Amino acid sequence: MKNTLLASKRLAISESGFVFDPVSGQSFSVNETGLVILHLAQHEDDLDKLVEQLAEQFDASILEINRDVQDFIYRLKGFLK
Amino acid sequence: MSLTIAVTGMNARADNPGPGLAVARCLKESALAPRVIGFGYEALDPALYHRGFVDRGYLLPYPSHGEDALLARLTELHEREHFDVLIPCLDAEMQSFARLAPTLTGMGIRTFIPNSHQLALRSKDRLPELAAATGISSPRTQAVYQANFFHTCEAQGWRYPLMVKGLFYDAKLAYNADEAVAIFHRIAGEWGVPILAQSWILGEEINLAGVGDGLGGLAGAVMMKKRALTDKGKGWAGISIHDDELLFAAKRFCEVTKWRGGLELEMLRDEQGNLHLIEINPRFPAWIYLSAGVGCNLPDLLVRLALGEQLLPTPPTPAGVLFIRYAEEAIVSLADFENITVLGETLRFGALA
Repeated sequence: MKNTLLASKRLAISESGFVFDPVSGQSFSVNETGLVILHLAQHEDDLDKLVEQLAEQFDASILEINRDVQDFIYRLKGFLK
Repeated sequence: MSLTIAVTGMNARADNPGPGLAVARCLKESALAPRVIGFGYEALDPALYHRGFVDRGYLLPYPSHGEDALLARLTELHEREHFDVLIPCLDAEMQSFARLAPTLTGMGIRTFIPNSHQLALRSKDRLPELAAATGISSPRTQAVYQANFFHTCEAQGWRYPLMVKGLFYDAKLAYNADEAVAIFHRIAGEWGVPILAQSWILGEEINLAGVGDGLGGLAGAVMMKKRALTDKGKGWAGISIHDDELLFAAKRFCEVTKWRGGLELEMLRDEQGNLHLIEINPRFPAWIYLSAGVGCNLPDLLVRLALGEQLLPTPPTPAGVLFIRYAEEAIVSLADFENITVLGETLRFGALA
């Protein structure tokens, strides 16, 4: 999880949600929420702090946001091999 | 006076192209602005007729005719065309050109290719040996001379699926012994033995094209991830990447072998993120035009090294530039086709002259 967060710093992220990994050569698209998570991950290595920052922006419980972020990072890992 | 550069590998077949046309295209777009002579082996090698990138096409004798026949033909063509540099582009001809290189130099034809010893070091059947010398991981590989190996190999610790590969070309994944035997006979029938058995590793293939400076350095490199494949597993589309570990592996390979000339590293990143060396090709790949596309024209670099120029280190290339291949038809007059069939050369003034 931590490694994926660190690896996400290398991503080229477009405001359209198009994302390119310059190491694996993979590209994919994310929705608006995914874009917010990736932008935060560019500056934040600590998962808990990232979830706290998201909780300030979204009307959802910490528990719910934490579960969604973990699911997002798990999917992201598949693109960053 | 402009340079004349001879390039082999004009077999630009759509599903499995030789690299010659892409090399010629890179050269035509370089500041060298050379005249390009294309050398092919078949009258239907399409790039022989591509006047945009190849000014004149000639046929060479097949490698099976021997080096004397090859040298005689090169001598005859050099007297007519006075080429300054020769770039071989096909695996099967590299040993012949390596052995002829000193003679060609004496004739005034420069090459920038590995010697016979360097070529043998990267031979596919010696991959584990090379991997050990460079400290790069590689899958278990073994030369196979008899098809029966595939019925007994599991007792020696091999597991299906495994890759069955030709020494020069062709590779296919076999899921059981019967499939492996069928692939063995098909490849052996075309390219001879040995055939190689290689452990299969699940992962993502990444590639690097580069030029070794012959002194242990990597003069330039471009990295790529294939994004679409032909039925033969060749890249139909790809995207430039930047992978420090892949670059390190290429630098290490050049350092250990003192590699001189073009090369392609094929590596695989497994599920755990580890890199494995799958193959090293001793020439530019068919996707080499991407190097011009990212601003690091490797055939241009190779020619400059062949000419003895002192080069500055090339800057890192940008990631995220794609190539997408397409097929097009060359229109060839009957007179041009007749000329190459009968005389082994295209007409001087073009396909539709």
